[in-house]
Amino acid sequence: MRADVEELIKAHAGIEREVYLDSENSSRVPDEVVRAMLPYFNESSYGNPTITHKPGWEAYEAIMDSAGKIARSIGAEPEEITFTPGETEANNLALMGSLWKRKGGKIVISEIEPLSVTNVCQMLEERGFKVAKVPVDGEGFVDLEKLKEEVDGETRLVSIAAVSNEIGTIEPIREALEIVKDRSPGAIFHTDASDAYGRIPFDVGELGVDMATLSSYKISGPRGIGALYVREGVEVGRILEGQIGTQRLWPGVENTPLIVGFAAASRMAFDGFEANVSHMRRLRDRLIDGILSGVEDTRLNGPRGDKRAPDNVNISFLRCEGEALTIELSLKGVYVSSGSACTRRILQPSHVLTAIGRRFEEAHGSILMKVTRHHTDEDMDYVLEAIPKAVERLRAIYGSMGDG
Amino acid sequence: MPLPYSKKVLELFRDPKNLGRMEDATVQAVAGNPACGDMITFYLKINEAGVIERATFESYGCAANIATSSILTEMIKGKSLEEAWKISWKMVAEEVGGLPSIKFHCGILAVGALRRAIRLYYKRKGIAPAWMPEGLTFEEKQALEEEELAEVLSKRVGGGGSDAQSP
Repeated sequence: MRADVEELIKAHAGIEREVYLDSENSSRVPDEVVRAMLPYFNESSYGNPTITHKPGWEAYEAIMDSAGKIARSIGAEPEEITFTPGETEANNLALMGSLWKRKGGKIVISEIEPLSVTNVCQMLEERGFKVAKVPVDGEGFVDLEKLKEEVDGETRLVSIAAVSNEIGTIEPIREALEIVKDRSPGAIFHTDASDAYGRIPFDVGELGVDMATLSSYKISGPRGIGALYVREGVEVGRILEGQIGTQRLWPGVENTPLIVGFAAASRMAFDGFEANVSHMRRLRDRLIDGILSGVEDTRLNGPRGDKRAPDNVNISFLRCEGEALTIELSLKGVYVSSGSACTRRILQPSHVLTAIGRRFEEAHGSILMKVTRHHTDEDMDYVLEAIPKAVERLRAIYGSMGDG
Repeated sequence: MPLPYSKKVLELFRDPKNLGRMEDATVQAVAGNPACGDMITFYLKINEAGVIERATFESYGCAANIATSSILTEMIKGKSLEEAWKISWKMVAEEVGGLPSIKFHCGILAVGALRRAIRLYYKRKGIAPAWMPEGLTFEEKQALEEEELAEVLSKRVGGGGSDAQSP
């Protein structure tokens, strides 16, 4: 298996250009962020922040400074930020940590939440909680009327992602929150803001959410670090136990270099925020328009324009299977991901794409791409040349099937 | 889940042998469907002596699907129908240098499609060779189950959808 992977990598020799469009699944960290992190491995701050020596105090200072920067970027206080190893852990902490002591009750989520929300809900359901999933429309917008129907006095927690990680839909969080607080004042409102953070204005004070998940790699920071904002006064318990350091809700030794890298990536995202966003939006639309007009039998998944996250491109290619397309594109140096996951028997389409009404065969041929502020027009030119060729080759293998 | 494909799978994915529709095929058969994410059509040219002179394929699916379909057309070329029938999915998987476990079904579907074609050939001739089992073999059953499963699941989620976003 190891030797096979080596061969797969070798097969990429000689590619002209590499364009990494998969910040959905991991990031390519820019040099500036890497440089910001390096001193924290061995020059200073390598101590444990709970210990009374200089490297420990340096680490403490670095973590507090980083928490302050992250907090300011969403209009929160530093004490309201808990660093976690990522989005998955932050979502687990938000849901399990706030429902830990509850014997039961209702959880309301949307049909298109990420797996670190839906799978936790499934587990909580097995432990006696009732889970309701609010449907979305054909563009992925949460049905607020249905939300109104589902939220009742028994509702303990509502979790709706501010932006869909898959199809980029910017959800009406403020309206949803008003409905929830009106129908069940005691309910906690959590939002996975991993795909909103650094790409749309997101201020917890203005929105009034109780908890929000942030992810570092989704803003080109390092993997392995994220954060959960918990508003002062919202009761959340730990879901892991061990030595408590600077993070009251997350035990264990803090990863100072990653925390510093997260803060550095955040600073880059918010320095010239408007320019960054309009750059991403322009590249996004170049990709969307170029692909839809250049390749036949394609469909855009999610909305267009201002209600779509500036970085998200998700397109279904009929008669072209997604995994095959990711490999074909990889061999050309274009790195993307597909919406369907292979199971032992059949390809499992993304729950998000089926929720917006896509047929299985449409979901199977879906490709998710995310542009970043680091991409260039030349990158887009290259991708727009590679995709039609890749699709054409795979459709030639499909051939005349279906013509009878 | 990581998918470390073999060198042979990648080779056949990049340059599939015996690709394309065969206009003068003696028999053709399909297994799978687009909802499964896996579909294969085999075209066989069979001579009077019951030997496969030529075999081609078309497919919709992942790299493993394309590679197993292609290798199978190579494996059966010049073989009698009886010999071709006896090729199991494990032999196909071995021939492509091994498959990740979650891709075994690709090899199974390829063999299922081939046996469907062979059955159809004899059915049309009104012959039942002694070596061909009456009941469906493992690979044929699996292909059928995969098709049924995809149909059930795709109906459950509704499907259809609006055309509002078509360009």
